[in-house]
Amino acid sequence: MKKAEIEFTVNGKKRTLFVKTNELLINVLRNDLNLTGTKYACGIGECGACTVLLEGRPVLSCLTLAVDVNGKNITTIEGISKDGFDPVQKSFLKNAAVQCGFCTPGMILMAKSLLKENPNPTEDEIRDYLRGNICRCTGYTQIIKAVKECANNHNQDK
Amino acid sequence: MQTDTKILAHEFEYLTPNTLNEALDMLDRYQDKNAKILAGGTDLLVKMKTINLKPDYIINIKNIQEINFITYNDDGLKIGAVTSLSQVEKSKEVKAKYSALYEAIKSMAAIAVRNMGTIAGNLCNASPAADTAPPLIAYGAEVKLANKRGERAVPVEEFLTGPGKTVISSNELLTQLNIPVLDENTGSSFLKIGRVKADIAKINIAVYLERKNNVCKSCKIVFGSVAKTPIRVKGAEDILRGQQLTSDVLTKVAEKASEEIKPITDIRSTAEYRHEIAKVMVEKAVNLAWERAGD
Repeated sequence: MKKAEIEFTVNGKKRTLFVKTNELLINVLRNDLNLTGTKYACGIGECGACTVLLEGRPVLSCLTLAVDVNGKNITTIEGISKDGFDPVQKSFLKNAAVQCGFCTPGMILMAKSLLKENPNPTEDEIRDYLRGNICRCTGYTQIIKAVKECANNHNQDK
Repeated sequence: MQTDTKILAHEFEYLTPNTLNEALDMLDRYQDKNAKILAGGTDLLVKMKTINLKPDYIINIKNIQEINFITYNDDGLKIGAVTSLSQVEKSKEVKAKYSALYEAIKSMAAIAVRNMGTIAGNLCNASPAADTAPPLIAYGAEVKLANKRGERAVPVEEFLTGPGKTVISSNELLTQLNIPVLDENTGSSFLKIGRVKADIAKINIAVYLERKNNVCKSCKIVFGSVAKTPIRVKGAEDILRGQQLTSDVLTKVAEKASEEIKPITDIRSTAEYRHEIAKVMVEKAVNLAWERAGD
């Protein structure tokens, strides 16, 4: 069995692990590090449930080899807020943008990334940015409302 | 087909060259040993999970900084092999000058996939529906292929030879893309039909044309997903060249283009639909490029 040592930062914490070369990042996060907020669904890059931030940018952990993140910085849904809920999470709760919750971690990470790039997105821009994330409860209306409200609050705070 | 997309069951030797020379050495050493290049992974890993692709060696080229760049100068636009689609999409020059390429990338998959995937990978994967291929062919772009002994330049139009097939040898690496500077009075456009926004194309088209004194001086019209490779419809180009853009000319161009394409019926669409919608797409795409070319 081919194994390699990797050292990477997950949610601000340095981790050193031995992983098989064919191990996927999603399974290392979920099984080895017990960070089960990251979800497995389609496994082929269609649904966005496994989204994590790599160096701050959203990528799919089901299509990333664990050995490939050696030396890199990963943020999962568990790591987006140091204390309590992040404003995006609060807005999702307030707007009932969570139904079964399976797509939520991916949606929230995408929304965070969007608001970082574009603090004042239009509805079209929100829909376009989240188009790779599928919600099978079809709670899109509330999800988009939550992101929009969060952007508005964020701008008022400034 | 039994697939498990939760894991990668197949084992392989994993190699991470840090320089181009190291990578070319590895490719030379493993050229007969079933090695695969990993750039974005959005095609490679999916194929390993779903269609039984089992490489013995995976050479991850992502850490090679020499081929991670995007530059624009008098020589044109140059894009490194590991430069992500997102990096290209965010380039000011691409957005301002290379409209068809910009629109093609914007139409691809979704943000997370574009943060991972590369144009070089889109070309090497050689899908007939590859969205970046039609604009690159329309612009007359070329790819640089390197091996241990040297390098060669191949036009994108000749690079793709069939579904999943290119002219690249097993000891070669696609290192960069060169897209020429576009002349004044030129415009380009890209259109795509899919079921939903993030979809693979049922059919796509790129048009690049030069407009002078209200006449089309030169043009390229390239369709994807209608043949074994993206193809130019040269008969339609001939009709448009030297003409003013009237609705009569446009109708003839559309009819000819629809005759020239060779679509099949597959899971995404039917041959009949592709022939019909091609006419509409040519008209729209040519009009758009024409407007952008100004005069």
